[in-house]
Amino acid sequence: MKNPSGRTYAAEGNEKYTGWGNSMSFISYFINGISLGSVYAIIALGYTMVYGIAKMLNFAHGDVIMIGAYVVMASVSGAGLPPFAALLVSVVFCTVLGIVIESVAYRPLLNAASSLAVLITAIGVSYLLQNIALLIFGANTISFASIVPVPALALAGGALTVTGEAIVTIACCIVIMIGLTLFIRKSKAGQAMLAVSEDKGAAQLMGINVNGTIALTFAIGSALAAVAGVLLCSAYPTLTPYTGAMPGIKAFVAAVFGGIGSIPGALIGGILLGVIEIFGKAYISSQMADAIVFGVLIVILLVKPAGILGKNIQEKV
Amino acid sequence: MKLKKALCVALTAALAVTAFAGCGSKPSDQENAGGSSPDAAAGTEASGADTAGGTIKIGGIGPLTGGAAVYGIAVKNGAELAVKEINEAGGIGGMQVEINYQDDEHDAEKAVNAYNTLKDWGAQAILGAVTSAPCVAVGGVAQEDNIFMLTPSGTAVDCVKYDNAFRVCFSDPMQGVESAKYIGDHGLATKVAAIYDSSDVYSTGIYQAFAQEAENQDFEIVAAEAFTAESKSDFSVQLQKAKDAGAELVFLPFYYSEASLVLKQAAGMDYKPTFFGCDGMDGILAVQGFDAALADNLIFLSPFTPTSDDPAIQKFVTDYQTAYGETPNQFAADAYDGMYAIKAAMEDGNVTSDMSPSDICEAMKASMVNITIDGVTAKNLTWEASGEPSKEPMVVKIANGDYAVVDDADAEGAAADGAADDAAESVIGTEAAAE
Repeated sequence: MKNPSGRTYAAEGNEKYTGWGNSMSFISYFINGISLGSVYAIIALGYTMVYGIAKMLNFAHGDVIMIGAYVVMASVSGAGLPPFAALLVSVVFCTVLGIVIESVAYRPLLNAASSLAVLITAIGVSYLLQNIALLIFGANTISFASIVPVPALALAGGALTVTGEAIVTIACCIVIMIGLTLFIRKSKAGQAMLAVSEDKGAAQLMGINVNGTIALTFAIGSALAAVAGVLLCSAYPTLTPYTGAMPGIKAFVAAVFGGIGSIPGALIGGILLGVIEIFGKAYISSQMADAIVFGVLIVILLVKPAGILGKNIQEKV
Repeated sequence: MKLKKALCVALTAALAVTAFAGCGSKPSDQENAGGSSPDAAAGTEASGADTAGGTIKIGGIGPLTGGAAVYGIAVKNGAELAVKEINEAGGIGGMQVEINYQDDEHDAEKAVNAYNTLKDWGAQAILGAVTSAPCVAVGGVAQEDNIFMLTPSGTAVDCVKYDNAFRVCFSDPMQGVESAKYIGDHGLATKVAAIYDSSDVYSTGIYQAFAQEAENQDFEIVAAEAFTAESKSDFSVQLQKAKDAGAELVFLPFYYSEASLVLKQAAGMDYKPTFFGCDGMDGILAVQGFDAALADNLIFLSPFTPTSDDPAIQKFVTDYQTAYGETPNQFAADAYDGMYAIKAAMEDGNVTSDMSPSDICEAMKASMVNITIDGVTAKNLTWEASGEPSKEPMVVKIANGDYAVVDDADAEGAAADGAADDAAESVIGTEAAAE
């Protein structure tokens, strides 16, 4: 970890030694923080990917996650598919949904005079998706049965447990992060994405299909959203049409925290946000958890306005 | 380019349609259901105009869309079921009742808009609002207009701040006090932890009254932890603190959707205290996909139990299931009793359909303290001039995946204590066995 993140962590550690001195629950809080953070991180990956290339904030990302989770729920309990097949259905569904949203709602506005137009449209799409889910599935809370087959890991003689969902989420984050980085660095389509993020006009002159590249970005972002939705709802098993909204916003914060546009930054930002949130709740005040999280965010952005890995922004993912 | 424009237009249209559809009533609604637009209601008015006593117009306000839509829709359904029965039985003193439900999306400003819509429509009394914050907001304007207001389920103290407002349910402090008394009287625990939603007036109100009453009781609050609407998916910290503090009972004064998560996370960390909730806990077994075994031995205060043997409750449950295809929750029951309370108060006060809302309000205010309702939420339900209902709290315990009423007619009475204490002991017994 880089300096600023290390400092935050040390500060939290001091809090613990002076204040409580119960190392077992400290470790337990830390594990919980990483579990929560891994969920933020996997959502943040989608945000940062789309922002890094298309230079737009897709506020509907959280709601695509919710749709992805509903698709899995419907395929498992409705159509009786095995979990993995349901995940594939969901990924395909969300990919198509992402491409449709991009081509219908965002593409016509990408060259609009104000970039605010796209932002507002994204907020509109977010509400549209919530209302569609409300119409189809109703407002009732659904308890989402975890489809993660990994059992919980017991440490220190059962005093500490790491849930299977957390292990799988972190593993997925790392795999996705490496996969995306390789894809962008090595593949032709990835190179095209880099070019588009640097300069759309020049990329077009060089024969790159800009619209196709941006559509591909949305397709990948939405496929990631489907995976994130399943992991989010497996770890925190309630599903309502509003499930994606708040984690989506937190993940957006995590992406900014880590340096928006930077793929490793999303992972670090997400995990840090989760750990800070849990430690804030545990050692300072459970009422102030969000104030602490956003307070830390302000401090970090004052010191490093581009986020923790903000330097990477020159590379444009 | 034309194609793109067309797509934009199509999307905008889709958005508009969805927005309206979201506000609209469910397809399963009755023909007499009072649509959510004044126009639809005007249609039903024409058909009822030939009745001798005229029509009395009741306005309803509640969240029909949004996160609290479950409650709003239940209230709307419960009220409409009561209206249907009342109309079939000859109406209120010969007047047919017409009810018009407006959506407030659980938002205070939209609730005031809904109230204004209803006022323009000609509402003569209000059955609403459903949730606390909108109810407080509507209370302020309804008091200025002097329109009678009965909230089925607004539990915040300020919901009945003005003398024109009454409620069917218990207030937040009353639930907190009753919960603390029940835990203390039945010796459920000596160390209690409380987790509450500090961003929610309902949850905070109950918690504060609970904490205050706990000082008079034989147990100690060893951990009081909060969460907010922005961080309500992870409860590991709050549960860990309760566990570290050695709490044998965890008090959860909030709604069941969060509670289902708390129960699941507690099971995940192998923490098995007794969980105790309030009326917001009702409905936890209806959460689709929820493992009912997690809720075993969960105790909560509830004004309504659909599994009760009482014939009136059974009839209500059956009729409701026939009409709407689901088991009514307490919100539906509160609204059903609320509608009958309006009927009783209007009859007691000799209200006629040509009276102004303000005159009706004066008559009903005086009558509310005279009436007694044998409803589905309580027998001998009466009201005080302050707007608060007077009734016995019912205690429900979940066993074998079903709700069961804990027989506790008189918590203070020594005679009844035996049976209830047995129930309490069995809770602690199973807990010890589990450990």
